Amino acid sequence: MKMTGPKPAVKINCYHCGDICETNLYLADNKQFCCQGCQNVYQILSVSGLCSYYQYNDHPGATRGKLDKRFEYLEEPSIVDELLDFHDDRISIITLYIPHIHCSSCLWLLEQLNRFDPGVHYARVDFLKKQLVVRFDHQKISLRGVVELLFNIGYEPLISLQDIIKKQQKAEKGNLVQRIAVAGFCFGNVMLLSFPEYLGLSVFEQTFRHFFGYINLAFTLPVVFFSGREYFTSAWNNLRKKVLNIDFPLALGIAVLFIRTAAEVLTQTGAGFADTLCGLVFFLLVGKFVQQKTYHHISFERDYRSFFPVAVQTLENGVEKPLPLSELRPGHRILIRHNEIIPADAILLKGQALIDFSFVTGESVPVGKTLGEIIYAGGRQTSESVELEVIKPVSQSYLTQLWNNEAFTRKQDNRMRTFNETVSKYFTVVLVVIALSALLAWVFTDLRRGIDAFTAVLIVACPCALALSTPFTMSAALSIFDRNLFYLKNTAVVEELAKIDTIVLDKTGTITTGNGRNAELQSQLSEEQVRLIYSACANSMHPLSRMICRYFGEQERLPVNDYTEAPGQGITARVNGRELRIGSGKLLFGNYHEAADMTRVQLMIDGQYLGYFGFKHEYRQGMDQVSALEPAYQLFLLSGDQDQERSELLRFFRDSNRMLFGQSPQQKLNFIASVQQLGKKVMMLGDGLNDSGALRQSDLGVAVTDNVNNFSPGSDAILDGRSFDKLPTFLRFSKDTVVIIHLSFLISLTYNIIGLTYAVTGKLSPLIAAVLMPLSTATIISFTTLATHFTAKRRKLL
Amino acid sequence: MSIIYFLIGCSVLLALLFLGAFFWAQRTGQNDDLYTPSMRVLLEDEQPEEKESDRNHF
Repeated sequence: MKMTGPKPAVKINCYHCGDICETNLYLADNKQFCCQGCQNVYQILSVSGLCSYYQYNDHPGATRGKLDKRFEYLEEPSIVDELLDFHDDRISIITLYIPHIHCSSCLWLLEQLNRFDPGVHYARVDFLKKQLVVRFDHQKISLRGVVELLFNIGYEPLISLQDIIKKQQKAEKGNLVQRIAVAGFCFGNVMLLSFPEYLGLSVFEQTFRHFFGYINLAFTLPVVFFSGREYFTSAWNNLRKKVLNIDFPLALGIAVLFIRTAAEVLTQTGAGFADTLCGLVFFLLVGKFVQQKTYHHISFERDYRSFFPVAVQTLENGVEKPLPLSELRPGHRILIRHNEIIPADAILLKGQALIDFSFVTGESVPVGKTLGEIIYAGGRQTSESVELEVIKPVSQSYLTQLWNNEAFTRKQDNRMRTFNETVSKYFTVVLVVIALSALLAWVFTDLRRGIDAFTAVLIVACPCALALSTPFTMSAALSIFDRNLFYLKNTAVVEELAKIDTIVLDKTGTITTGNGRNAELQSQLSEEQVRLIYSACANSMHPLSRMICRYFGEQERLPVNDYTEAPGQGITARVNGRELRIGSGKLLFGNYHEAADMTRVQLMIDGQYLGYFGFKHEYRQGMDQVSALEPAYQLFLLSGDQDQERSELLRFFRDSNRMLFGQSPQQKLNFIASVQQLGKKVMMLGDGLNDSGALRQSDLGVAVTDNVNNFSPGSDAILDGRSFDKLPTFLRFSKDTVVIIHLSFLISLTYNIIGLTYAVTGKLSPLIAAVLMPLSTATIISFTTLATHFTAKRRKLL
Repeated sequence: MSIIYFLIGCSVLLALLFLGAFFWAQRTGQNDDLYTPSMRVLLEDEQPEEKESDRNHF
């Protein structure tokens, strides 16, 4: 008998979501669907005459795993109030985050929301932020109605605790753009009015000179006091903290430029430096703008709150009632349905728990729990509804208490020291010394000239190019990382990346792929046996059973009787009169020592052992390259799992002492801290909530994820799993960018020295200052951008 | 040459008008979402419903 592989069946893709249809049960209008959910969405759309949805893109929908999601908690007035942006006695406005928004079909359908229900006035999509603003009449349709409508058409909004909290502490948006607009406006006008001065005015045009001077002075007022104000406040605040950062010489430069311009114009002794001043502030602000790169679709600040539900169903004297999570106390009885998340540590009272801890650990195979066992918060129930009794409040549970650690409370900003900050300290001191000695050199012979020299030094050495070199290099680097699916929180992370000397990796989900396990059949099966096993496994929702079904492909289903599924053990069933046992060795043979190298599903029909299915973890592509980073970088493995894969992983980590298994979230954090105490700069790569502490404690926390829109724990950077093999290149490239910054510092210092040779003599004409400043700025911007792109090309990142 | 005073006054006033318009656009959120309108413009407002469902039967 030959082994039967998957039959070459014609695969039909679901009309709605594009997944492969495993059955042909779901049909409507000659279109095939993969599940009831997708079919329902199609029918709703076709009834409302909105099937153009399917014309703009192929398979625009999301696959619909669950159907019975409930939104009772959206009736709760306290929760509704927190979610709404605005409401009066008729109108409510809400902004919802909908992760599935991804194509023009989504945009089109969501903006037609009023065609489903006249209670909705309008709906507007912000595509990049994946947000939908809905204005509706809450006398005609409730918030719950709106959310349920969205859910029914396949666009489930993500409503989480962090949304509410984020809204409350929404910081006022910087008005940087407005300040740039004002500075640019003034810069343009001042340049225009300064041209006559550059070209030279004849004697009878002297009245114009004064007129232009006064207008120029008027233009500098908003530039200094509106656009440039933050440089003064920042310099002053830092000075009080006894820190000399780059804002100090900048503020000094701006102030001196303004005072000297005002003095020259008012006393009618010269033209002043209005053009240089406006240009300086304008370029500085543009540099600041470039640095503020934002990723709308990615959040780096997520913690447990962003994936915990807003409310949970509680049971009180047999009555179900939604309760906001913040009010959940020990002793409450909660009801967790299929696919819901357990929000607090609790004891299982009723029902069969099969918990998927993939959010917490990255491990996707669910774990069975028995009655009376404690279930830690963060797990997702994958079988029927269960009843639990809460034993700890949400913030005190095994997982969430991690956020009470000081690593989360201490200020983040102090962690990263950039090269820029270090240099500007010395720069400022040297600058002040030169300015003062220029003053002293002239002051006894010619007071006027002494003051001229003093101010000229401060003007010419104003570190504009210096302040711009880092933002421009880093933002160019950031967009290169971005193209390679590596998303950094801000520009300082690039420099931090260059300083790393130790890399700590989590195992499950980080160096193994999330769900791509290889199924391997170690058995010779007849076609009948294949059908028997397929029929039994088709009844189970367990991921391993699903993988077995997928392995066999479409098969004839035989009648199944006496089906039982023991959590964590396997299936016993009678199929077509034959007795089947599929599962762990313990289920089949009673006592059995499981081999550690891989997960096995043993097969037995009518008491005859047939062999097993082996499921091997698949390591991410590029693990070999990452492993080759030794000895330049020290590699560690930090896993929450047991050490079954120790021998397999030895080829990557070389030394058994470098691999730590069975680590709790707190132990992970402590390990990072202990390595840091040896003076190491640690980069941590993790993926689950259990890595959150370690990610936060490390000098650079990188969350590895297969889909950047999915949940990933708070971190400094997010790495798409597909680019994992590029990690060594990223590290090398970050070192290159630091070299580029050093070079551009040299360039800008050269300009400063050239300017200073003019300045110390006290004879700085406004024209030289006006030419030197934009010239150095242009040089720096083009050098940094070109050099970064050139190195990226050399590193094959472009 | 005193016409220059008048001309400069005009040009500054005009420029201020544009600056004001930019501020107004910024404040009313017209620059908040610069991407979605580019997609919206490609979508048709109202599609004849019968036609497209027929198209699939051909």
